[in-house]
Amino acid sequence: MASSSQPARNPAPKTADPSGGILLTAADVARVVDRMAHQLIERAASIDPRSATGGLSDLVLVGIPTRGAPLARRLAARIEAFSGTPVDVGTADITLYRDDLRLRGVRALEPTLLPDAGIDGRLVVLVDDVLFSGRSVRAALDALRDLGRPRSVQLAVLVDRGHRELPIRADFVGKNVPTSRSQQVKVRLAEIDGVDEVLVTEGAPGVREPREEEAR
Amino acid sequence: MKRHLLEAADLDRADATLVLDTAAQIDQALAGREVKKLPTLRGRTVVNLFYEDSTRTRISFELAAKRLSADVINFSAKGSSVSKGESLKDTALTLEAMGSDAIVVRHSASGAPHRLAHWVRGSVVNAGDGTHEHPTQALLDAYTIRQRLGRLEGVRVAIVGDVLHSRVARSNVGLLHTLGAEVTVVAPPTLLPVGVGSWPVEVSYDLDAVLPKADVVMMLRVQAERMNASFFPSAREYSRRYGLDADRMAVLGDEAIVMHPGPMNRGMEIAAEVADSVRSTIVEQVGNGVSVRMAVLYLLLGGAPS
Repeated sequence: MASSSQPARNPAPKTADPSGGILLTAADVARVVDRMAHQLIERAASIDPRSATGGLSDLVLVGIPTRGAPLARRLAARIEAFSGTPVDVGTADITLYRDDLRLRGVRALEPTLLPDAGIDGRLVVLVDDVLFSGRSVRAALDALRDLGRPRSVQLAVLVDRGHRELPIRADFVGKNVPTSRSQQVKVRLAEIDGVDEVLVTEGAPGVREPREEEAR
Repeated sequence: MKRHLLEAADLDRADATLVLDTAAQIDQALAGREVKKLPTLRGRTVVNLFYEDSTRTRISFELAAKRLSADVINFSAKGSSVSKGESLKDTALTLEAMGSDAIVVRHSASGAPHRLAHWVRGSVVNAGDGTHEHPTQALLDAYTIRQRLGRLEGVRVAIVGDVLHSRVARSNVGLLHTLGAEVTVVAPPTLLPVGVGSWPVEVSYDLDAVLPKADVVMMLRVQAERMNASFFPSAREYSRRYGLDADRMAVLGDEAIVMHPGPMNRGMEIAAEVADSVRSTIVEQVGNGVSVRMAVLYLLLGGAPS
């Protein structure tokens, strides 16, 4: 496993890229997604080595809207390209499970769509764009509990920027990015934003509260 | 969204669409689930303050609040201190002192929820006030139309019957107009309100002329309990001219649907075979009511208290 896929230490060390700017280009994003797809194939196979499909038939990628959803679909497409086995994909909207609605106000809901086979007894991998405080993931775990009983749940994120507020870590990380709290990490994906890139920008004056989906 | 939902005019097009979209997402998220409960309003208290009898609206609001994990207190005027002469204001302030975050109110006096909204800090949701408005009914009707026909823009809706006494009609006229539907009200002249000329609707006295062009026929209940004069010669004559029976249903377009807010007077404004036909959305309307009210409660209460 590449070193950049190791779980982030918490709290994050000093700011690595004080100048801000582009962290990942479109080519970088594609490379990172390919690597994560390979790691997911390995993980599925290690869990069920005797399976004819390398454990992939038990795998469900569940994206957390907004940008986790297309990310999950991309990972599934790459896994199928590399292994020849199609993988189930779903999305789980976590808005109604958030603990910060009172702080941030209500927002429009996004679809929750699970594969017909459901998630009971399967290996669910939650997919999100940025891992920050961990509160989105906590909400997603609560949502999963109401949706079924997976055999195990793992977490894949494109960017881990540190500053966790909960004992949560990712199993698959595209890129670890030490940031300061005042910075913003923006993931843009072609499906939603028309372009693939990850940006780190200095936040507005005054330190913002951590928030996982910066561009939502 | 405004803090209260008192009438259809409180919702502009964006807000109304947000409510319908939210209801659709909630519907989809809960479909086929074993645990039909969301933690969103945990720790919030919703009071159902009902001064008038109700079956579906009260249960629907109660279910909606419970599915969002709010605590629900049901208050009906019968058997409370209201019978000792306690006023609406004192009752509301008492409930708020006990920590209610929202009051869902039904009252026989038009405008009661508006008064209430000035007295309390929490949100007020109008669940029907006199002959004035019933906005969540209009929302669930719009949701049902959109679900069946796939759109609201340009949909031709005929609202038929006792428009004069109908809060459902008033709210539907307002909301459907906001959402781009074309509404025609059909009633005997005695059952149309004085100001109907200023409503954004067509007016007709002839049901048979309107039916072939309608995508949606919304039948209203003849509200005998509010009728303090004779508005039509006999029930039989009303039924013959303004009732929807199988013969009239046959002239409707292929896609057209028949709605009724309930409770129905079968045989009066709507024939039993029409109410039970595949065009009828009456049972769907009840089911959709829960999702739409969940959406309303989420959007009013989910965010920061203002």
